[in-house]
This record gives sequence, structure tokens and C-alpha cells, in this order.
Amino acid sequence: MRSHPVWLSRHNLALSAAAVLSACLVAACTSSGSSSTTGATSTGSPTNTKPILIGASLSLTGDFSADGQAFQKGYQLWAADVNANGGLLGRQVTLKILNDNSSPTQVQTNYQTLFASDKVDLAFGPFSSLLTTPSASVAARYGYAMIEGAGGAPSVFASPANQSAHNIFDVSLPIEDELIPFVNWVASLPPGQRPKTAAYPMADDPFADPPVQLAQTRLKALGVKTVYSKIFPAENASYKPAADQVAATGAQAVVLGSTDVPTVAAFMQAFEQQHYNPKMFICAAGPDQGAAFTSAVGKSNATGMMVPNGWYPGYANPASQKMVQDYVAKYGGSPSDINADVAEGYSVGQVAAQAVIATKGTDNAKIITYLHSGVTLSTVQGPVRFDNFGKNSSAAAFTFQWQQQGTAYKQVLPVSTAGSVAIINPKPNWTS
Amino acid sequence: MARQIYQAIVDGILVGGVYALMAVGLTLIFGVLDIINIAQGVLVILGAYLSYTLSVRIHLDLFLGLLITVPAMFVLGVVIQWAFIRRLRGRERTSMTLLVTYAVALIIEGILYEIYGPNPKQLNASYVQSSVHVFGFYLSYIYVYGFVLALALVAAIYALLYRTGFGRSVRATMQDETAARLIGIDVNRVAALTFGVGVAVTAAGGMMFGATNAFNPNSGYDLISRLLAIIILGGLGSIGGALAASVFMLTLESLVTIWSPEWAIVVFYAALVLVLLIRPTGFFGRQPVRAQ
Repeated sequence: MRSHPVWLSRHNLALSAAAVLSACLVAACTSSGSSSTTGATSTGSPTNTKPILIGASLSLTGDFSADGQAFQKGYQLWAADVNANGGLLGRQVTLKILNDNSSPTQVQTNYQTLFASDKVDLAFGPFSSLLTTPSASVAARYGYAMIEGAGGAPSVFASPANQSAHNIFDVSLPIEDELIPFVNWVASLPPGQRPKTAAYPMADDPFADPPVQLAQTRLKALGVKTVYSKIFPAENASYKPAADQVAATGAQAVVLGSTDVPTVAAFMQAFEQQHYNPKMFICAAGPDQGAAFTSAVGKSNATGMMVPNGWYPGYANPASQKMVQDYVAKYGGSPSDINADVAEGYSVGQVAAQAVIATKGTDNAKIITYLHSGVTLSTVQGPVRFDNFGKNSSAAAFTFQWQQQGTAYKQVLPVSTAGSVAIINPKPNWTS
Repeated sequence: MARQIYQAIVDGILVGGVYALMAVGLTLIFGVLDIINIAQGVLVILGAYLSYTLSVRIHLDLFLGLLITVPAMFVLGVVIQWAFIRRLRGRERTSMTLLVTYAVALIIEGILYEIYGPNPKQLNASYVQSSVHVFGFYLSYIYVYGFVLALALVAAIYALLYRTGFGRSVRATMQDETAARLIGIDVNRVAALTFGVGVAVTAAGGMMFGATNAFNPNSGYDLISRLLAIIILGGLGSIGGALAASVFMLTLESLVTIWSPEWAIVVFYAALVLVLLIRPTGFFGRQPVRAQ
């Protein structure tokens, strides 16, 4: 065994430390959104002019980074709008956003920091049900309301912490029922036009599975035969084998329990390679991510792809239209490019603002009581009314579809609802 | 059922070719430098982004683009070795290189986020989506081309190692670094060039990964654990072993996916443990010379 002078070891350490510091510097530069404001007190005194400090942890890097950064834009757009109009109760709003790298462990640490060290006045939620559940338990421990827009899985509301503290408030559509408009539409079709077979590949995720499983049960009751129903790991070496198996079934409808664009893109690519074109293709998530989706799969192939959601850029709501205009003015692109997460983040801010104004302060206990009072609040996604466990009982489920060669993202279901346009059925062939 | 099994085997072999392209550089670097390059996954993604840029900006074919991205990645590899790894010595060298290459991964990931943002991209070309019908199966051109490319690259690296003076220097360094120094081999130069070659071939893996998967700057972290498993199973430092292990592991995973996709990943790593219990050096691993 060779021995080395001590300075070499120190040298190694110094070099490593320098490299890590460089990495941290780059990471810090890319993880924007933090403010330098110190903690604020929770007082409703009219003489208090300290900014209202709002803390959030978002997935600015990691698996959910596309969604996390879209959420950040939603929070920031809302904060900019509020501050441009004089703030809340005369106080400016300051966001402190920490990066959790899409990690359920890091998100807990981040909220711990926000509550214990930064002593934020209010807490906004992270991205995804997977991260909301652990975050809300930390919030419950510190007595905070967790107002969030991307934690709609049944497991979030049923978590022990929420069952006890009732501190979760999801401003978006509860995901379990989100495929019901699609199921109802299939039921409304003449029997000869209904799909005879359906495949249900699902990612192992609390967000992805419940709506797909419910849709499977309902479609089965309608006589649609299940030819594939399997759950695959969220982290997959390749989706090709599973997608090829789905293609081999020749299912007329595919209901994909997806969590992101790469999953949907992989299935679409494999289907096209197998010359398999389902008549109906609906995904739990992915096609709702605007330009993030169309740039990955190609605009022409996007045509006919469907996704459930509670909002779209063409939603005829004045506040929504203003947000869309603000977004395009600030970030460029077209309305169809806007990720639905932006609206979810913006809605979180709107609900918090209405609660602060109604309770005349940032006392979280009062805010929790107020939000559970049965009051109906307005957001860019439509009305919000929370049930006993923080589920938005006023949210309406819609189904959206990419149309016009992937340049227009349209509301298509429910058919009779204002704003719905004719659905493209069957889905056009792949056109790459 | 038989058809499903055949399809799964075909898929496993083809996807295995893609993974081999990503793993070859990792095992080459380990074989010569005794370094586990944690940045390998991110370097794959960097290769994908370079191909993406050439494809979108100057409409260069994905495979032709390798004529630019491979040399570019070679230079990057030499620079990384020179700037971060060259000076690491001593007993902590292995652990320090883990830390340093992780830092390199973070730096590259941060830069990619700054340039390209978080939205996923995917490489496209006419042959990416199309396929050929052979014996009742659709074989996608991109996977077939990728598999051929993997075979060609493995052959090229073998030729480099066994038919050139540089290759002799590399093999001498792999066997005994001190002895190699004593016979006049510039070990530092060999190390830099080998790291460069390892990163250069990763450009091809990146292009293939980007053509078969949507990716963003973070996508590399999901790859590293599988790539490590593959090179350990193939035998650390064995180029052919990386190809064989990739095909074996991905075919196994593909077969298990027929019955239970959830168990596929478990079987993937369970197979690694099982093989190592029977053959601790992996499929084609040599006995560790340095410990002798």
C-alpha cells in the first residue's frame, strides 16, 4: 500500500470543496425565487407595514421541475399582481421559495426551515400529491394552513395529519373524479361507437392511479372490456416494453395514468412505432402542460390527445384572462403554451389573499377556520369551496383536447358545458 | 403469450443497446482510472442536448451530428479530468472522485437548466418514429440503428485498446499504474485521454437516449443507478461486459414487465445480486490486479 504526504489529502479535500462550492453556486443561480426578507409577525394591526412573507417549497429541479417552475411562475404572477394593487391589507407580499429537488424528504426540511427559522406568515403548497402529504404534516405541527394547488389525490386528504388538523386546502380539482366527464361521454355514445376494449397502464403514483382505476371500473360497467391494466414504476428504464404490450392488445381506448410529459411521450412514440393508433387516448397528466407537451411530442401528433383538468387558457373568466395576458406579456409565447400549473399556483395565492382580507391578518388558526366556514371563494380556475378535509367541492371537471394540428388546446367535455367545442373522435392517426 | 415473450425479448435487446451506449464510457473510465463517474448520467443528458441543439438549430441529422458532439464531448472529458480529477491522490481518492464527479454533475445540470429550462425535449428524425415489419414484429429504426451503433462503438474501443500504441498504454495502466510509470508511460496523459474517450462515447448514448425518451436536465439521475448496476454485472472495466450486461438486464426487465411491471425493477437489481453471489467479478470482470 502506498503512503502519501498529508498535504495531498488536504489538497484533495480543498479541491473537492472547491468543486462542490462551484456546484452550489451554479445551483443557487438556477434556483431563483427566494427573497432576502426576514421573518414577519402574524398581526393584523393596520399600522403593520412589514411585508407578508409567504413560504413555499417547489420542485425547481428534479423529476417535477417542469411543473415546479410553472407553479413558481403562478405564485410570482399572483404576488406581482397583488403588489401592483397595493398589497394585502396595505402590506406588500414577499415570496420565499425553496427548492426541494422533487424530494419528499427535502420538502419536509424546507417547510421546517420556513416555519422554524424564517417564521413565514403563510405557507403555499409544493407540487404533486407525493410531496404535499409530508409537507402538510409539517405545517400541521406548526399550526399553519397549507393552501396548495397540486395535491388532489385521495391519500392527501386522508393523511393522518390532515384528518386531525384539517389544515390542507386544495384549490384545484380533486383528481379522483377527473375522468368522470370522459366516462360519461363514452356512456353517451351509441353502443356501436363506444370503444369495445380499453387499456389502463398506470404509473405508481398517488396522483395517477385513483382516477384511472375509477374510470376502469365505470367503463367496465358500460361493457368496455379491460385488455390491459398494470401499474409500472414511476422511474422506468424504458417504457417501450410496457407500451409495446399495450399496442399488442389493440385496445380501442387507452387511459394512461401518467404523471408527466416524458411518460406520455414514450407511450406515444412506442405506439407510433408499432403502427398502433387507439381511437381514444386520454392521460391523467402531461398533455395539460402546454408547450412542454407539444414541443416533446410534436404538434401534429398532439392532435386528439385528451387530458382532464379544471382550467385551460381559453377559460372565459375575466381574472383568468387577465392572468393569461400577464403571463404572455411577461414570459412570451401564446396562451396555449401556458402550463395549467400556472393557474393552480395563481389560484393558491388568490385563496390566501381572500382569507387574509376576511380574517384581517395572517393568523393561521383564523384562516383555517375561515376556509372551513363554507365560504365560496373565486379563483382563475373558478369557484372554490372547501369540504371538511380541504377538498374543493365546487370544482368542476373538464376534459381538454389538443386540436388544430396541436396549436389549440380546447375544452371538449362535458359536451353541454359552456366553452366546450366538438370533440375530435376518433383520434387522428400519428403523423410524424 | 409466446408472441408477448418474443416481443419482450426483442425490446430488451434493442433497449439494451441504448443502455450499452450509455454504460460503455462509464466502465472504460472505471477500468483505467478506478473512478466511479457519478456525472455519467448527466453527461448522457448533455450529449442529448448537444444533439438536440444541432438538430434544431442547423437541422443536422442525429447520427451525422455525432461527428461534432463526440469530439466536443471528448474535449470536455479531457478538461474535466484535467481540472477536477487529475490532482486527486491518496487513500481518499475514490471517495473524493465520487464527490468531485457529483459536483461536476451539479454544475452541468445547473448550466443546462439555465440554457434549456425545465421543459422536456425529445430528438426527432424520420427514423425515430418509423419502424420496419420483420417476422411479424415492428422493429423501430432508431433502436435498430442504436444497437448497430453500440456494436460498432464496442468494436472501435476494442480496436483502440488492442490495436494501437495508446491502447497498450491504457491496458498497461489498467493492470498496474506504478509499473506503467516505470516503463515510461505517461500515465497522466493516458488518464486524460481515457476520460475523454469515455465521455466522448457517452455522446452517442446521449443521442440515443434523447431520441427514445423525452428528457430534461434532471433526467440523468434516474440513469446512474442502472448504469452502475450494468457495469458491475458486466465486470468493472469490461467494454464487452457492459454490452452483454445491458442486453441481459434490459431483456430480463422487459420479460418481467409482461407479468408485473412493478416487479421488473426489483428483478433487475435482484439479478445483479444473484450473479455477483455466483461470480463476484461480474460476467467478464478480471481479478483485481491492483490489490495483489
